[in-house]
Amino acid sequence: MGYYLDFEKPLEELEYKIEELKKLSDGSEIDIASEIRSLEKKAKNLRSEIFSKLSPWHKTLLARHPERPYTLDYINMIVEDFVELHGDRRFADDPAVVGGIGKIDGIAMVIIGHQKGRGTRERIIRNFGQPNPEGYRKALRLMKLAERFRKPVVAFIDTPGAYPGMGAEERGQSEAIAANLMEMSKLKTPIISIVIGEGGSGGALAMSVADRLYMLQHSVYSVISPEGCAAILWRKNGDLGTEDFAKAADALKLTAEDLKAFKIIDDIILEPLGGAHREPEVMAKTIKEYILKALELLKTKNLARLVEDRYKKIRKIGSIVTV
Amino acid sequence: MAWFKKKKEVKAEKKVKIPEGLWVKCDSCREIIYKREIEKNLNVCPKCNYHFRISAHERIRFIADEDSFVEMDIELETTNPLNFQDSMPYITRIEENKKKSGLNEAVIYGDALIKQRPVVLAIMDFSFMGGSMGSVVGEKIARAAERALEKKAPLITVSSSGGARMQEGMFSLMQMAKVSAAIARLKETDVLYISILADPTFGGVTASFAMLGDIIIAEPKSLIGFAGPRVIEQTIKQQLPENFQRAEFLLEHGMIDMVIERKELKNTIYKLIEHFMPANIANSS
Ligand SMILES: [Zn+2]
Repeated sequence: MGYYLDFEKPLEELEYKIEELKKLSDGSEIDIASEIRSLEKKAKNLRSEIFSKLSPWHKTLLARHPERPYTLDYINMIVEDFVELHGDRRFADDPAVVGGIGKIDGIAMVIIGHQKGRGTRERIIRNFGQPNPEGYRKALRLMKLAERFRKPVVAFIDTPGAYPGMGAEERGQSEAIAANLMEMSKLKTPIISIVIGEGGSGGALAMSVADRLYMLQHSVYSVISPEGCAAILWRKNGDLGTEDFAKAADALKLTAEDLKAFKIIDDIILEPLGGAHREPEVMAKTIKEYILKALELLKTKNLARLVEDRYKKIRKIGSIVTV
Repeated sequence: MAWFKKKKEVKAEKKVKIPEGLWVKCDSCREIIYKREIEKNLNVCPKCNYHFRISAHERIRFIADEDSFVEMDIELETTNPLNFQDSMPYITRIEENKKKSGLNEAVIYGDALIKQRPVVLAIMDFSFMGGSMGSVVGEKIARAAERALEKKAPLITVSSSGGARMQEGMFSLMQMAKVSAAIARLKETDVLYISILADPTFGGVTASFAMLGDIIIAEPKSLIGFAGPRVIEQTIKQQLPENFQRAEFLLEHGMIDMVIERKELKNTIYKLIEHFMPANIANSS
């Protein structure tokens, strides 16, 4: 049955009922079968209704949904003969970032991404998808390899942010992020970045300087989390609640629609009804199509032009006037 | 990113600028000192060497030759893309900060001379919205880098910032990519980039142009990092050691080249420029 978010609760009851009915019948009783069909139709309508008016806060929760497909899930679904590579050659291998090489539709590509864990144990190992400097340095090492061997880079973005820890500071979290921003801006190979869940601030940006930046329909990308924003704006002795977070999420304009309108992202990749986790295979197939389509376009440019266009794309982002 | 702002309130009260009055209590050593004496000493405590926060214009006096600084693009302003409003609309907040700081934005940049050597100078001011980086700051830093490249003059930045400017949302975040891309182009050439870190430098500024200097210099005891100390303490649930994220700590961990006192800054910058880009060669090219 899976995990339901608060705003999906009416749906949960209905789907629970459907499951129960299915258990009762072995398919031979006609009444039950038609009852099930009618309930299923009702559930689909309800889901359409709920998902047609998701608030930015709902999307934030969906983007963090524990059953949402993660980087390795997509790699498993769309990459052939994937070989995972490890380590930054400086200090450690960061499990919060994964990367390697494999083929998508017969084309070899370097794939990197943030990686969250499933279940308490793996979540801790993956540090909830919050990279240390080693993670960014591993990603950069693989991107440099991609450049040398003329392979495109695909980056999956899904992190609450870079890890705010002592070791991270000691080993240069800032420098690691800054270096990626700088190197990615001039990497001589196509880069396609896709925000699949949470785009958490600088920790997400450090893997999303790209020729094409896409967001899944219900993913979010923000300079600060709604919780962090609310804490700064409405410092009311620590008791902030859902309402405050929802207000902050509205204010931050962190949805794919907002960022498409701002021309900060290139396109929105639509999700199956109910979110990517409802039909991961369908989602993976759509993502694959987007990657191939983007690559088709990007490979017509020579590398100098590719890098020049990427620079211009980044350079013009800003909202300024001369008075 | 903007996490550091949580801490700002407390810190800002505690150590920003020197309070009015003839006598001042040093925030670091708690000694009572004659105010004139601190000012004469480049706003550095004569007892403990604590470097008080200073304005961008004061900094120019310590770094550039007298009257040599020519500010550029003063008229750039944000358009409030998110229509952001908290206790007041973002635009009102900007106006208030203009009055308070006497600046148009959190950074000023332009041409200057350092011991007769032309440079491009970009200096942040913490008193303007905590030195946060929005579209205007990003644009000015990028233009400063482009101007340095065009003039073949060294780029010198002085950072002092709480990080990205939350009120401009993703536009702010993307400034990190923009300034890093502009610096990348400078670094393909033999134009020197010196980054100076002043108290405090955090978040999106540290994680972009501030840590990309060919040479990185910090003022004594400055707090410098990615995440703010309070966020780290909440995350790891333990107290941070006293020197954590101080300039000296970064030096020890290999993150910066040197910790230099304010009074030595100009001399040090000049020496570096002369070594890397000698005047006779610079002039003839
Ligand atoms: Zn003192």
